[in-house]
Amino acid sequence: MVERQSPEPLSPLEPEFHVGSHGNFEHGVEIILTETRPGSIVQLAAWPGEEKKLIAAIRTVTGLALPDGAGGGLSDGVKSVFGFAPGKFTVADEAEGLAAAFAKVVTPAIGTVTDLSHGRIAIRIAGPKAEWVLAKFFAIDFALPAFPVGAGRSTTHHDIFAQIQRTSADQFDIYVFRSFARSFWKALCHASEEVGYEVQ
Amino acid sequence: MLITCPYCGPRDVIEFTYQGDGNRERPDSASQNFEAWNAYVYDRLNPAGDHNEIWQHSGGCRAHLRVVRNTLTHEISSVAFVRGDHQGRGDHGSAARRKAEDKA
Ligand SMILES: [Zn+2]
Repeated sequence: MVERQSPEPLSPLEPEFHVGSHGNFEHGVEIILTETRPGSIVQLAAWPGEEKKLIAAIRTVTGLALPDGAGGGLSDGVKSVFGFAPGKFTVADEAEGLAAAFAKVVTPAIGTVTDLSHGRIAIRIAGPKAEWVLAKFFAIDFALPAFPVGAGRSTTHHDIFAQIQRTSADQFDIYVFRSFARSFWKALCHASEEVGYEVQ
Repeated sequence: MLITCPYCGPRDVIEFTYQGDGNRERPDSASQNFEAWNAYVYDRLNPAGDHNEIWQHSGGCRAHLRVVRNTLTHEISSVAFVRGDHQGRGDHGSAARRKAEDKA
């Protein structure tokens, strides 16, 4: 696998990324929006019957032990992993080079490694109204018992894919297509206006 | 209408794509049996009641699903992965997959 070269990664949000408080924040800021800018975003897929080997490979490379169950996942604050489909996982890391590390461990007999580091971006929405704002976008249950910390969900907003991982009780990381990210970001900002939001 | 995906749980129907009648038997690609091809392409049961259907969770995990839906009430009585059910059930799984690939 050819190591990718990205001398100066640019954020697709740049023209619409305005640090500071916005909207109706006089009574307090209830939403924090950031771009987490992971160095690596990788999707892994196991061939049928090879899922356990792929989960072991994820542990070898990241040190993260996936919990059982559909959509299970976890994050240690630096690396994150979650299931988004049967036998398929998204892994993100602050550092670059995750795809190359997986390519050494995930043999062609186990499954596939797809480097999406340049294809997706990660937007973080946090705060006491994070569930409430996301519920305007996605027809899924964001309540903590239905969507536990670490878990991932694969869903759509207006036919555009989004993968969402809950990284704490009131924090979600949303992975979206880079080419749609600015439009999604603007929508997220508008949806957060009425409760007051801060871009960090 | 909600479809309970075996992987994702209950999701709105907007996340799913209908992939056609789940009762069809696709003839072998080399088959010259025109009656069988005609039946595969045109013949439908059109029941007023439970109907076997293939759906894809295209806006979620993208799995192909075998769904039993009541055409009168939209009640869904069963949802299962298509993957792994080829044995003894004709060519449903790969037919649904091929159809999805043709569309893509
Ligand atoms: Zn699904």
